[in-house]
Amino acid sequence: MANEFPLTLAGLSAGLQKREFSSAELTSHYLDKIAARDGQLNSFISVFPEHASTMALAADQARAAGRAGPLMGIPYANKDIFCTEGFRTTCASKMLDTFVAPYNATVVEKLHAAGMVMLGKTNMDEFAMGSSNETSYYGPTRNPWNLGYVPGGSSGGSAAAVAARLTPVATGTDTGGSIRLPSAFCGISGIKPTYGRVSRYGMIAFASSLDQGGPMALNAEDLGLMLNVMSGFDHRDSTSAERTDEDFCAALNFDLTGLKIGLPTEFFDESLNSTIGSCLTEALDCLRRQGAECREISLPSTRYAIPAYYIISSAECSSNLSRFDGVRFGHRCDAPRDLMDLYVRSRAEGFGAEVKRRILVGTYALSTGYYDAYYAKAQKLRRLIKNDFQRAFEEVDVIAGPTAPSTAFPLGQRVEDPIQMYLSDVYTTAVNLAGLPALSVPAGSVQGLPVGLQLIGNYFREARLLNIAHRFQHETDWHLRVPPFAA
Amino acid sequence: MLDEAEVQVIARLARIGINDDESPTLTLQLSRILALVAEMNKVDTERVEPLAHPLELVARRRPDVVTETDQRATMQQTAPATHDGYYLVPRVIE
Repeated sequence: MANEFPLTLAGLSAGLQKREFSSAELTSHYLDKIAARDGQLNSFISVFPEHASTMALAADQARAAGRAGPLMGIPYANKDIFCTEGFRTTCASKMLDTFVAPYNATVVEKLHAAGMVMLGKTNMDEFAMGSSNETSYYGPTRNPWNLGYVPGGSSGGSAAAVAARLTPVATGTDTGGSIRLPSAFCGISGIKPTYGRVSRYGMIAFASSLDQGGPMALNAEDLGLMLNVMSGFDHRDSTSAERTDEDFCAALNFDLTGLKIGLPTEFFDESLNSTIGSCLTEALDCLRRQGAECREISLPSTRYAIPAYYIISSAECSSNLSRFDGVRFGHRCDAPRDLMDLYVRSRAEGFGAEVKRRILVGTYALSTGYYDAYYAKAQKLRRLIKNDFQRAFEEVDVIAGPTAPSTAFPLGQRVEDPIQMYLSDVYTTAVNLAGLPALSVPAGSVQGLPVGLQLIGNYFREARLLNIAHRFQHETDWHLRVPPFAA
Repeated sequence: MLDEAEVQVIARLARIGINDDESPTLTLQLSRILALVAEMNKVDTERVEPLAHPLELVARRRPDVVTETDQRATMQQTAPATHDGYYLVPRVIE
């Protein structure tokens, strides 16, 4: 048995294929690491050692019988927002503390069909509402680069677990930045695909016109390998994109000569943190040396992305979360006096403070007399934001900018101030409103904390984004740096 | 600015109980969120059509065949209270 396993999916896949180690050995290696280290990090809500071992043995048998795809037998973790049949699925909420999903999300079904081995379910902000992982009912996840700092959210458990090498790869979801922000804060790579690319079936809904699942990994190539399995048309998702399957790794090594990168003046103005700005300048120079050219563009309406996003996402959340009524599943209060008392108390007890705030904002925005002023207004801004991007993509191939306005911040710093927390997503929410694909890759470090470079592409141009990220990672080593916690 | 009475009305619509302790802070927080959101009014959207869905998809048609099987027993395994296949709630009619 090997003492050291490769870290990337590509390396693990090759090792398994050459029989250098088995899936059973690999899986027990990760399970041991989780058992030994995650007490400090709190990146997992549930770990399934027995189930993982069984799946690993099955993968080894399938490989021995000659039935093996590239990801067969490789361990991974699911954000606890994806339904896993027969396993607890909490969405990091007291509301679903004891909920055992009766079916698998399409993403989970696909990853298991490919032979991947689920280690467990990762921590997150409650119902994916948060930017720091601090709204979790199970306590915050810590950032492996500095345990006193947040990992970002909402897919913070997935990001921290990948960064800490407790899993080679994990799933995440991104409604307003929830894959990209924690990827940036934890120094890993993450992609939010085009809206409709990855099925939403069995992914617990937050804001259905914005939610999109995607992979989180150590590099762009691994994102491509995961996306190859996770994406695809699904008739069970009413907004699934009807596209033919595509190999997201096919273009990884394409030359960048002539690539036109747009730099939005709104992202690079005086409000940009100067140390993050310097990291981005270096990253863009690296792409220029490979033949890319940068030009200034303008996305004027994206200044209003945060308000439009908070109205649209809260409105959709208030509607989606009305299903948690204490009747069919989820938390139910003790001894309800009547039906109204059952609803009101079950929801008051089951939801945390941030989820309640969003439901209330959404309910208000959709209520009689306020609909046009808030919801309709936000939808109009949404069109202006989409138009800005479409105009930009007539001139450039991709758009580059920061993923986040700062590096990871200390635990507790923004918990009491929802507005400060919301502003963490200032560079990410516009992408969700427009439904575009975007990724974050590590591109620097400030005082020991990682900085993310965000690349935004036109609809269904994930392969191009991964190509650029891969070429960037060929010339840089930010993605290879190991946080102190994992060293 | 919202006042506490308005927040109680919204909470009632949302079927979320708010106790007296949390009401002042919540009212302040919601007011601040609405102030942030009011930024939207700086933009003239007079002739802009609302966008509900990023890719503006239309609902797909599918063949009229049965795709759902009876899964009542499975689905009710996660329910807080059931009886003979029904969900139990407190008495509704006095």
